[in-house]
Amino acid sequence: MKTEVKTLDFNTDWEYSPALESTDHIHIQEPTDLFISGEFIPGVRGKYFETINPANEEKIANVAEAEKADVDLAVKAARKAYDNVWSKMKPTERGKYIFRIARLIQERAREFAVIESLDGGKPIRESRDVDVPLSAAHFFYYAGWADKLEYAFPGRDAHPVGVAGQIIPWNFPLLMAAWKIAPALATGNTIVLKPAETTPLTAMKLAEIIQECDLPPGVVNIINGGGNTGQALVEHADVDKIAFTGSTEVGKFIMKTVVGTGKKYTLELGGKAANILFDDAPVDQAVEGIVNGIFFNQGHVCCAGSRLFVQENIAENVISKLKERMETLIVGDPLDKNTDIGAINSKIQLDKIKMYVDIGQKEGGSIFQSPCSLPKMGYWHAPTLFTDVSQSHRIVQEEIFGPVLAIQTFRTVDEVIMKANNTPYGLSGGVWTDKGSKIFSLSKKIRAGVIWANTFNKFDPSAPFGGYKESGLGREGGVEGLMPYVNLV
Amino acid sequence: MNKRINIQKTYKLYIDGKFPRTESARYIKWQDSKETTLVNVCRSSRKDFRNAVVAARNAVNGWSSRTAYNRGQILYRIAEILEGRREQFMAELTLQGSAKKQAEKEIDQSVDRLIYYSGWADKYIQIFSRVNPVAMPYFNFSYPEATGVVAATAPEESSLLGLVSIIAPIIVGGNTLVILASESRPLCSITFAEVLHTSDVPGGVMNILTGYRSELLEHFSSHMDVNAILYCGSDPEEIRLVESNSALNVKRPVVYPDQDWSKEKAQGPYHIMKTQEIKTIWHPIGV
Repeated sequence: MKTEVKTLDFNTDWEYSPALESTDHIHIQEPTDLFISGEFIPGVRGKYFETINPANEEKIANVAEAEKADVDLAVKAARKAYDNVWSKMKPTERGKYIFRIARLIQERAREFAVIESLDGGKPIRESRDVDVPLSAAHFFYYAGWADKLEYAFPGRDAHPVGVAGQIIPWNFPLLMAAWKIAPALATGNTIVLKPAETTPLTAMKLAEIIQECDLPPGVVNIINGGGNTGQALVEHADVDKIAFTGSTEVGKFIMKTVVGTGKKYTLELGGKAANILFDDAPVDQAVEGIVNGIFFNQGHVCCAGSRLFVQENIAENVISKLKERMETLIVGDPLDKNTDIGAINSKIQLDKIKMYVDIGQKEGGSIFQSPCSLPKMGYWHAPTLFTDVSQSHRIVQEEIFGPVLAIQTFRTVDEVIMKANNTPYGLSGGVWTDKGSKIFSLSKKIRAGVIWANTFNKFDPSAPFGGYKESGLGREGGVEGLMPYVNLV
Repeated sequence: MNKRINIQKTYKLYIDGKFPRTESARYIKWQDSKETTLVNVCRSSRKDFRNAVVAARNAVNGWSSRTAYNRGQILYRIAEILEGRREQFMAELTLQGSAKKQAEKEIDQSVDRLIYYSGWADKYIQIFSRVNPVAMPYFNFSYPEATGVVAATAPEESSLLGLVSIIAPIIVGGNTLVILASESRPLCSITFAEVLHTSDVPGGVMNILTGYRSELLEHFSSHMDVNAILYCGSDPEEIRLVESNSALNVKRPVVYPDQDWSKEKAQGPYHIMKTQEIKTIWHPIGV
């Protein structure tokens, strides 16, 4: 006898009432200038670019664009602060400044969260519960390391590198700034940071906090601009170390640029993570994990679980549950607390995602998209999955950086390991099974820097993060996260 | 008087646990300064290197999943065999221009260095692994793993101690290796391959080539299936080449400038970490 399975029906007239986060209490500097030597100053040539809200395409603020001369000013300020103040300061005092930054982020958490969602398009639930608290936690974690470095590197003395040039992406603007700034400060370096062109605002809010907590001028400098500004920073002769998070393509370009200069560098680059689901896994829990793996932050995550491998005998069931779950995801206003998936960060990125979805279909993949309604203005993309794809498909090989999941099946462990590792990337991976021994075996065999077993997309300041192979070089977070910012003698 | 005709040794390559000649059939004439001995050393080609990388790649899984204890014992075994073949290394080192005392010291230190790293096999992982106290109900730990296939050029001056100082930390960490021997002092590198061959080192884990660095460095640094490139030397042009080619597939470039390999800091666990990756694993805690 066939029993009818009851499912929730979401196709009703009932809708969630809007639950908008208020923007009343936020303050954005207009225009937003460069932060150099402890002051907010316009660029040498007085140029500005606009930063817009990707959810409605409206301008939020004019932001000063740093040219070569501004980069030079910022690096000079950082060098001066390094030579005169920061490298000479007692480590304990250095640590106390970093603790201050952590505390002030916590105090102004709501303002940060709202600006992050406004400027970048991510759901307020994520900026409020993930980005901002993790940023504060990062400063808090590394603040404590400042006067304990001899315990991190037994048998060697850790010396700061000097001036660090740091370039961060648009997917986690504040969090990436925290990942870069906190360990560099704790180890005694000074900083010139360049946020991404489309998301400058939370980093500049951080600059306000840095000013407020009396960090000596020039220790942290934050300048804005696009690729040219970044290139000027990488090429600057007085920068000792480059820390970059972004695409593999730009990462390789940076490696070429610093050739022969003796500059240290760390790179956190792209990924195409395999998320592997075995038939002995708790399926409902796994479906939640898969959704979090690929649709978290609109899929704008370098470690996103963008390749799902399902064991063949459960594939039909898993895919149907997954589709059902996707239909319940709310795509809409990033400031609405009910929103699961916010706006795509920029038009360029939306076009790229659409291009890949197009390629996926042309190459013979079967597409499923959640039938959600998308707002008229702004940049949006429905959660998407592809089946009937194989290893050679471009949407399986290339990083899309959007809410697009490619699903393949497998029968044996050897097969899935071969498929999972068949990529130039190696940032992260996922394993879903109830069997402990399988977790350990798979975790060892997947060639990637972070393995999430029965979970996905979890981050913590104490846990090292970074890739194998073309996913990068060096680690951020944990004790390992100190290494890129010290010379061991 | 009957003078016995002595048997001269053919110096060949060491690839995949075998001693082939170079596929190119080219050679380099090598003569000691007193012109008593003449050797035809293999002039390895790009193809030899590629063959060696295939062997090294095939050996990675097996070698890196050996137990740390086992890798430690194999390193210890290499030291034992090296100690037993002192006479031969003495002869070759002096032929290559070392004074007798100096050669003796170099062999002593090479044996000691192998023993030193043998002891690290099951300890560096403990020193560099952590349990990370994440602020969520998850068990989180991180530990070092082998980077994979490493291509290296051996130090030019210190042909035995330098070679050992480079090889030992790479393989004790579970990597496999293709190394280009010192160009001006190639003899004891190949003899060292014979030591490896009789020390239970699986074929393909260590591959030793001889030849011109100027010819091979381009291929060592540009090969897309090599995970790290380790260069010993201080030639700025060669360093540029290594760094620039590393960008092709984000190889880990490691540069050791010319140095005194007998100094204390020429060894240590941080040298092992240069060809290691940190892996972090998360698992929920619950029922």
